[in-house]
Amino acid sequence: MAIKRTRGEKIFTVINTIFMLFLSFIMLYPLWHVLVASFSIPTRIMAHQGALLWPLGYSLEAYEAVFGHPMLFRSYMNTIIYVVLGSAINMFMTILGAYVLSRRNLYFKKYIMIIITITMFFSGGMIPNYLLVDALGLRDTMWALLLPGAIGTYNMIMMRTYFQQIPYDLEESAKIDGAGDLRILVQVILPLSAPILAVIGLYYGVGHWNSWFSAMIYLTDRTKFPIQLILREILIMGQFSELEDTAASTTWSAVEETLKYAIIIVATVPILCVYPFLQKYFDKGVLVGALKG
Amino acid sequence: MSKKARTSGQRTHWQMVAHDLKVNRTIYLLAIPMLVYYILFKYVPMYGVTLAFKEYKFLDGILGSPWATPWYKYFKQFVTGRWFVITVKNTFLLSLLDFIFGFPAPIIFALLLNEIRSTPFRRTVQTITYMPHFISVVVVCGMIVQFCATKGLFNSIISFFTGREGKNLLMQTSWFRPVYIGSGIWKGIGWNSILYIAAIHGIDQSQYEAAKIDGAGRFAQALFITIPCMAPTIIIKLIFRMGDMMSIGFEKVFLLQNDATLQVSEVISTYTYKTGLKGMKYSLSTAINLFDTIINLALLLTANALARKFSETSLF
Repeated sequence: MAIKRTRGEKIFTVINTIFMLFLSFIMLYPLWHVLVASFSIPTRIMAHQGALLWPLGYSLEAYEAVFGHPMLFRSYMNTIIYVVLGSAINMFMTILGAYVLSRRNLYFKKYIMIIITITMFFSGGMIPNYLLVDALGLRDTMWALLLPGAIGTYNMIMMRTYFQQIPYDLEESAKIDGAGDLRILVQVILPLSAPILAVIGLYYGVGHWNSWFSAMIYLTDRTKFPIQLILREILIMGQFSELEDTAASTTWSAVEETLKYAIIIVATVPILCVYPFLQKYFDKGVLVGALKG
Repeated sequence: MSKKARTSGQRTHWQMVAHDLKVNRTIYLLAIPMLVYYILFKYVPMYGVTLAFKEYKFLDGILGSPWATPWYKYFKQFVTGRWFVITVKNTFLLSLLDFIFGFPAPIIFALLLNEIRSTPFRRTVQTITYMPHFISVVVVCGMIVQFCATKGLFNSIISFFTGREGKNLLMQTSWFRPVYIGSGIWKGIGWNSILYIAAIHGIDQSQYEAAKIDGAGRFAQALFITIPCMAPTIIIKLIFRMGDMMSIGFEKVFLLQNDATLQVSEVISTYTYKTGLKGMKYSLSTAINLFDTIINLALLLTANALARKFSETSLF
């Protein structure tokens, strides 16, 4: 089929393509700037102003400082614990909840549903939550970051909706074969729910990876800090607590500059290497979420 | 179920409940962790809201602390305090600006991206625009702080055009909102467009074929097919966005603000945090929180009522 294009359309196509290239540039450049600066010679970065297209010299000083930072490695490990353990708890609780809510013929279901829905619109707020965590003795323990958010209500409702769409016949035949409710969950529902499990697992994982506020209010013991909190100290507040004692060199203030860039790279690149492969799950997740909850 | 039981006329209400508990006992056992979670971590703090009406004493706890007189003491303190107008105004303005600029951006992007005919190019642009979503808020704000610094990237761009020496942008009240909104669009445009791109993909291709036969060009197709077909998605998003009008995310504001810009950057959520956990005024902070919750609830219920009226989708 011949596609006829008017002059206006041709011009539009050109401008649109240029715009998309420009947009991609805007998205990529900040990170490129950070990457290039992180490998540059610290004193030259100090003196430099404006855009960077290529490293100013080549130096690994910043990375040496980053990897020599005792808290950074520790907090990275902590974050991995929070992500893995936290998501595991989240998934366990969410799957159970979603399964219960997806059952038919459950007399108390509507009451349970009311209990849950109310919490989506009304919450105690910051201070009551803080006092609760304190009263439970969770303050300054890792559990303070793992338990209070164990179920994301919206995620659970999304998962329930997915479970409900699984044909009932499959359960019925499992029941005839003598399967109990727990076996139906493990052997019928879960194997058929891989996409939603992946999507919600990713949501929880990314949430734990990015989280810092609960850590800021509940933790005082630095050895339990997640990486985002250490990043906040360095990037936002300009504090280098543990590092300043170790580095007494005269060029330190210059290294501080490139160190910030290096630390952004170290904290960001692992995720950026992975996300293009997860993209299809996220695409799917948005669609599942778009269904009525 | 109760209806069924009545028609069969066999069992009383309580027999039915007993039967249900017996048949579904595994399910109810599985429900226990969830119920414990909701009661402990959601309903106990809800009781804690009474703090807003009490004189909190550390030693007496929430239960033992005496009631405030008058009961609205802390609400009055907030409403008559000097931060009331500032925080309410800032919360609303920041949210409104984010709505005006941030809401249409992903829609326009989705429409323009749809006009790119080369699939590999389109997919690449899409993947690239998702990227900022995966950078954590702390790191994004860290980059903003770097770029906004006196000798940072943004200032060199500004002085390149104006010839003037730059000052740290985050220290100036006039720059806080543009930086906040701009970085929000940067971070969210690709990610938020997923839903709209999906909506465009869902459009029946035969409509375009028919339009082409009728001689419609690409502009006409976009205007008379694509946009009308996206309308339901847009309307739903729009209505629920209106429900969020008075809630602004805490984290980014908190990370980007500093003492120099509080006049424009202090919002209700950051003020709640500072009053409560920094200033240790637990009752006042809880009162501010409750005030905020009630306004948001009212907006959400309004939005939901609108959604129900104008479309088939509503939250409840």
